[in-house]
Amino acid sequence: MTSLAAYLTLSAFLFCIGLAGALTRRNAIIVLVGIELMLNAANLNFIAFWRFSENPEALTGLMFAIFSIGIAAAEAAVGLALIIAIYRHYKTANVDEANTLRG
Amino acid sequence: MTPWIVKNLWLIPALPALAAGVSALLPRRQRTLSAGLAIGSVGISLLLALCAFANALGQPVEAKQYFNFAWFEFAAGDAGVLKLGWVLDPLTAVMLVMVTFVGLLIFIYSVGYMAHDENFTRFFTFLSLFAGAMLGVVIANSLLLLFICWELVGLTSYLLIGFWYHKPSAAAAAKKAFITTRIGDVALLLGMVWLYSETGTLLFYDNGGGCLEQNALAALVTRATSLGMTVSTAIALLIFTGAVGKSGQVPLHVWLPDAMEGPTPVSALIHAATMVAAGVFLVARTFPIFGSTVESLVADGAAPVSGALQVVTWIGAITAVFAASIAVAQNDIKRILAYSTVSQLGYMMMGLGVGGVAVGMFHLITHAFFKALLFMGAGSVIHGCHEEQDIRRMGGLRKYMPVTFATYAIGMLALAGFPLFFSGFWSKDEILHAAHGWPASHIPFYLGMIGAFLTAFYMTRQVAAVFFGSYRGGTHHGEKARESEAHGGHAPHESPAVMTWPLIVLAVCAIGLSVIGTPWWPWFQEFLGKHHEAGEGGGVVGLMLFSSVIVFLGLGVGWWLYGRRPWQRADEPDALEVARGDIFSLLRNKYYIDEIYELTVIRFNAWWARVCDLLDRWLWGGVVQLVSYAVVGLSWVNRMFDEYVVNLGFDQGCKRLTLGGKMFSRLQSGQAQTYLRIIGAGLVVLVILLIRGSRGG
Repeated sequence: MTSLAAYLTLSAFLFCIGLAGALTRRNAIIVLVGIELMLNAANLNFIAFWRFSENPEALTGLMFAIFSIGIAAAEAAVGLALIIAIYRHYKTANVDEANTLRG
Repeated sequence: MTPWIVKNLWLIPALPALAAGVSALLPRRQRTLSAGLAIGSVGISLLLALCAFANALGQPVEAKQYFNFAWFEFAAGDAGVLKLGWVLDPLTAVMLVMVTFVGLLIFIYSVGYMAHDENFTRFFTFLSLFAGAMLGVVIANSLLLLFICWELVGLTSYLLIGFWYHKPSAAAAAKKAFITTRIGDVALLLGMVWLYSETGTLLFYDNGGGCLEQNALAALVTRATSLGMTVSTAIALLIFTGAVGKSGQVPLHVWLPDAMEGPTPVSALIHAATMVAAGVFLVARTFPIFGSTVESLVADGAAPVSGALQVVTWIGAITAVFAASIAVAQNDIKRILAYSTVSQLGYMMMGLGVGGVAVGMFHLITHAFFKALLFMGAGSVIHGCHEEQDIRRMGGLRKYMPVTFATYAIGMLALAGFPLFFSGFWSKDEILHAAHGWPASHIPFYLGMIGAFLTAFYMTRQVAAVFFGSYRGGTHHGEKARESEAHGGHAPHESPAVMTWPLIVLAVCAIGLSVIGTPWWPWFQEFLGKHHEAGEGGGVVGLMLFSSVIVFLGLGVGWWLYGRRPWQRADEPDALEVARGDIFSLLRNKYYIDEIYELTVIRFNAWWARVCDLLDRWLWGGVVQLVSYAVVGLSWVNRMFDEYVVNLGFDQGCKRLTLGGKMFSRLQSGQAQTYLRIIGAGLVVLVILLIRGSRGG
């Protein structure tokens, strides 16, 4: 059986990719994709910690993951809707140009 | 029971004052109405005065009927009530009749004299106001009321001297009169205040509590001032100073001759007959203060002459001679009469000093009549000669103005003291007689004799110059001549009846009044109270002869110098000038008194005013400036503090705050990714910290 560290490493790797994508890309869609990656990295952590816990029969980690996926779906819908609204407003999906809230 | 007339004595001054008030509101063209008001009110006053006189006749000698009322209360109790009042005694009664009678005649005369003046209404307003004020002086039973009216009289005198105010000389004369009399009035006010502080009342008679009654006098004569004289003497001298100012005695006589700048009726009424006599009247009214000594209060008679009366006598005697000698060398017809008035007022003062109230007052009354007559005669002459006042440019008027001449001659003889038939002789003789018997000194008597000689002399000179010889008015070439040419011929003419009739009435009085005061029937003296029988006996007739000789001598010398060979031309030198030029020019220039005053008092005054001005400007002004500069400086510092410390500090703080805000707001880039990066960095730091924490723990 694969060790917990391997799952955690993969999860950290995924998270870092998602974070890098969310922080560095200019396109709002890619940013959203990065965020989804990070969420899924977190889900993977939930599952891994649950699977290696002392009482895997309790299904708690699974419940977390399922909730998290549900929330992620909702979040993706809201996020995409926002992006479309931004695009309609600014005629672009470049997040650097949507800086109206600057100080 | 107070008789009706005593209770309503106030009506006598109130009526003319009311007339003045009404005619002050009349438009200028209401000439007849204003003259009618003035004459009517004085006429009614005359009737009331006659009632009062009749009432006083029925009273015993020394009777004082008075009516006092509380004017206002300034403190609780009897001492805090200021009372005013009026008094009807023989003195008042005589003065009332004299003032209203002479006043009425002069008012009537003024209608003719001022006929062409455009300010006719104003003239009668002032005259009525004067009459009211003068009558107020006469009836006052309180020194305060007397003083108020006294000042009103001074005011109307000022207004009337300056009636033709567009003439600079008239305006200057008015100011001079006002300021000079004010000097005396200050002393009078001081005397009044002192009297009040000593006796606690200013009422003359108040049922034993007045300041002229026994109680107050006894207190006054026993107390001594720090200078050694008694309080009564000191107060009397202060009051006398007021009288000196008003009555033109030396050394405050300078205003009276200049006062002749006013219209002639004014000169007659105010500056000859009534107002200037107010000073004499004041002394007569307050005579108990003057005459009282410790001895005289204890036992009547045989008392030494009080100090105050000595001063009165000396001032009067000196003034009598002094002014008479100046009158000798004057050429202005009114100026001669003015100096004569000053001189006669000196006689009155002397009469009061040596012989008491009756002697002085008798001369006052007779003088009022004949001097008013003379002034109105002079006015008639001036009127007839087309406003010419210089006696050198008159002459021969006897033929042109017979009525004026006859009445003027009567006035002149009365003034000169022509024996037996003229009132002036008797009243003047009375004074000389009293002076002869004066225990303190004989010199006033001799001065009076010299004055009598000079009076006869200058009046002869004047009459000779004006009425005898030939008319010299048309011969000179000047503005006046052209003016008179334009007036319709240069020949003088007689004045209208409205002017001559008062002259005739006064002339009759000038003669007729003599019957009431002769030594054989001294009715007037007895009416006014004590008749001093000093040095009685054969002295009267002898003295009368002596003074008659003096008068004839004066008339003779005058006629010899001026009447025998009258002036032929206007610019001919005076006969005296030819004889003794130096003395004549000294007299012509009035002993240089005006110049001396100019050099001393006025210069000192001006110098002092300048010193005060400098003090004001530099010392007090400097202090004020200093204070103001200090305040300005402090406020400047305050402002600097405000502007540079408070405001600047605040502003700076604000600026810093804004700057800080700006800097912080730059963090708020509005770019979600930047925020995310920071959150990421924060997370990393957090994780590192947690890992280290777990390792350390």
